Amino acid sequence: MALPGSGLAKGLAVTLRTMTRRSVTAHYPDVQPELPPRSRGVIGLLEENCTVCMLCARECPDWCIYIDSHKETVPPATPGGRERSRNVLDRFAIDFALCMYCGICVEVCPFDALFWSPEFEYAETDIRDLTHERDRLREWMWTVPAPPPLDPAAEEPKEIAAARKAAEKQQREAESREARETEAREGDT
Amino acid sequence: MDVLDVAWRLLAVLLAFLVLPLLVGQTEHKVMAHMQGRVGPMYAGGFHGWAQLVADGVKFAQKEDIVPADADRRIFQLAPVVALLPYLLVLVAIPVGPDGMVGQAVDAGIFFVLAVMGVGVLGSLMGGWASANKFSLLGALRTAAQLLAYELPLLLAAASVAMAAGTVSLTGILEAFEWWWVPWQIVGAFVFFTAGLAELQRPPFDAPVADSEIIFGAYTEYTGLRFAFFLLAEYAGIVVLSALTAVLFLGGWHGPFADDLGWLWTLLKTAVLAFVVIWLRVSYPRLRADQIQRFAWTVLVPLALLQIALTGVVKVVIQ
Repeated sequence: MALPGSGLAKGLAVTLRTMTRRSVTAHYPDVQPELPPRSRGVIGLLEENCTVCMLCARECPDWCIYIDSHKETVPPATPGGRERSRNVLDRFAIDFALCMYCGICVEVCPFDALFWSPEFEYAETDIRDLTHERDRLREWMWTVPAPPPLDPAAEEPKEIAAARKAAEKQQREAESREARETEAREGDT
Repeated sequence: MDVLDVAWRLLAVLLAFLVLPLLVGQTEHKVMAHMQGRVGPMYAGGFHGWAQLVADGVKFAQKEDIVPADADRRIFQLAPVVALLPYLLVLVAIPVGPDGMVGQAVDAGIFFVLAVMGVGVLGSLMGGWASANKFSLLGALRTAAQLLAYELPLLLAAASVAMAAGTVSLTGILEAFEWWWVPWQIVGAFVFFTAGLAELQRPPFDAPVADSEIIFGAYTEYTGLRFAFFLLAEYAGIVVLSALTAVLFLGGWHGPFADDLGWLWTLLKTAVLAFVVIWLRVSYPRLRADQIQRFAWTVLVPLALLQIALTGVVKVVIQ
């Protein structure tokens, strides 16, 4: 059985202890927040990579990505070859008033044209200004951070694994060729 | 005592009346914030929001002064002043330092102080009745019930000190004070401070203004400067209660170097008690109206009577 009034004393102790500790308030406009890696602030478009495949616009649950394009024919690269047609991007816009920051467009893009940027200070007084056109989306690319390093025990990324395998194969071939050449030279003498 | 002397004393009291409540209010902003893991006002005035209450005052002054259509106009407009002025009068009688450092030494100090403090509660009653609002009326009635319940232990506790000192003059009590009075009167101090807290309607005894039940009690219909007066009255009340507790039970200006720094001791003790008032507000939830009544009649009144008995016995023994 606790002493009568010990609960009251405990309450006083809790508030007094909290007072001596640092407050948890984020001083946001004065101090920028330290955002975790992969923060979803705004979506940047690397339009050089975009092939107008429309996957992002089709997968977007909010239908907030607007893409216009036209086809151009490219003359054959070699004489006598076939003419190729190519998609040219006319308009790429994301309406951040509709966007729900699910990131599906970034995930689904097969050509690495869309990226998350941690920038979040793009509030507007007119809702129409929240539709970012391609030049503005391109500007956000400069704020995209380098991808965070992998966890220590993580699996090797596929690209690196493939490149390493190719390099090792080349090296092995070079070594065996060298070995054969020296064998042949030794046989001569 | 000439006119100039009186003028100086009154000016000093007025200055204290204008500055100390604001200091307490600002301290409450900051202390409450830090006790809740926040930082409180940070912008007004530049350095840690020191001018927040000044900014609040400017805001209050700009607001429209609304009197409800069905209100009893004259009483409604008078109420905030009735709530505020008594505390100014009480401050006059509280001794700050030795050798007549007091606005005006009143022979019947304790009677004067407690009687005038009781008037302050009338402001809430008047405001609550005159507002023509049922929440205001509920708040006012709760105020009245609380006043009735807690005036008795307050008086009994003060009477115990008067018995010990053999005088009802505040300056006389301080002159008779000995250090061992603190443990002797500690129960009385607890009763006095708690009952005073309840009279000020400070949390945890804030059922009369309980904003989550009855909007804001008697102050529901008030806006602008009149509302600010009520708030100011609350903080002036904290200052007065803390100062009175310090004077009656903690020896007021008594302390090392009391001859030179007596006033500092009074202020220091008052400040510590005001901090406790804020601390209690942050720590405890609001008591229900019936819990408030039960606490007064079944705990504080018996304790106060016990203290009086103890004071009487000791007084007889040492004589």
